[in-house]
Amino acid sequence: MRSPMTETPATPTLSFREGATTALPLAVAVGLFGVSFGVLSASGGGIGALPAVVMSVTTFAGSAQFAAAAIVAAGGQPIAAIAAALMLNARYVPIGVSVARFLPGGPLRRFLLAQLVIDESWAIASKGDGEFDGHRLIGAGILLWLAWVGGTVVGVIGREALGDPAVLGLDAAFPALFLALLIQQLPSRTAVAAAILGGVITLALTPVAPVGVPISAAAAAALLGLARR
Amino acid sequence: MSDAWLIVAVVGIGTMLIKASGPVLLGGRRLPPRAAAVVALLAPALLAALVVSASVGSDSQLVADARLIGVGAAVLMLALRAPILLVVVVAAATAALARVAGIP
Repeated sequence: MRSPMTETPATPTLSFREGATTALPLAVAVGLFGVSFGVLSASGGGIGALPAVVMSVTTFAGSAQFAAAAIVAAGGQPIAAIAAALMLNARYVPIGVSVARFLPGGPLRRFLLAQLVIDESWAIASKGDGEFDGHRLIGAGILLWLAWVGGTVVGVIGREALGDPAVLGLDAAFPALFLALLIQQLPSRTAVAAAILGGVITLALTPVAPVGVPISAAAAAALLGLARR
Repeated sequence: MSDAWLIVAVVGIGTMLIKASGPVLLGGRRLPPRAAAVVALLAPALLAALVVSASVGSDSQLVADARLIGVGAAVLMLALRAPILLVVVVAAATAALARVAGIP
């Protein structure tokens, strides 16, 4: 009879904690952005307080939610808000594929765990060279989800009292984090080339493509992987 | 159903399906080598895209504002081999100071 102890699973709990710890400073920033999403949504002409909270619980994708809320607040059509949000989230197709084999459990559990994938939790879970730590992702994802939903609730309740997260420079925290993580992900010349190409695609498309499309389009830079190895 | 709830429902369900598509359809299987080589490059490509978008992207425009100064500070900290947390905090503090100095 096979012993369940043959392979000591010492890592899952540790990885989970490690993910949450790494995400902690980001959780503060994500929470404050959640607050600003709540404020924006609960203000006049916004999507409203309860829809905002339900959206944070179910969608859990900051940039897409901000895009949808801003379009509604600006008087845009629902279809425009929906299209912008879903295009922004299209990048989660390749991102989901990249972490697929590192998420534990059957289809239902994977479906639920996949919801914890956002840019930040995905970046924290990355070990380089296409490998990911699923439990780090779960730890980071749960903490960031709590921060995002909690922030939204605080925002819709206390929308007048709160200021702009940009004053604290929190909007500069995200590119800094992405940059720090990018530097750890360049094990080969091909990876450097993919990064440069991805950056250039985004830079070139930002002024001409709808919001969110440039990031999805940058995924095309990964096709460099088809070149001879 | 009001417009707001329509948006919340469609975006919510759509995003859930998008996020789950890879993990549910692929399951625990490995990708074929050529596909794996492409997937391995998704991280650097998309991270670079996020760096660019979060540094200079604003709706559909490229703007140079206090964020870029914060990112400059991050580059400096990374060159000094500072830990990630310190890099992020210094970037945010630098951008905040730049805004105090009147840079948008």
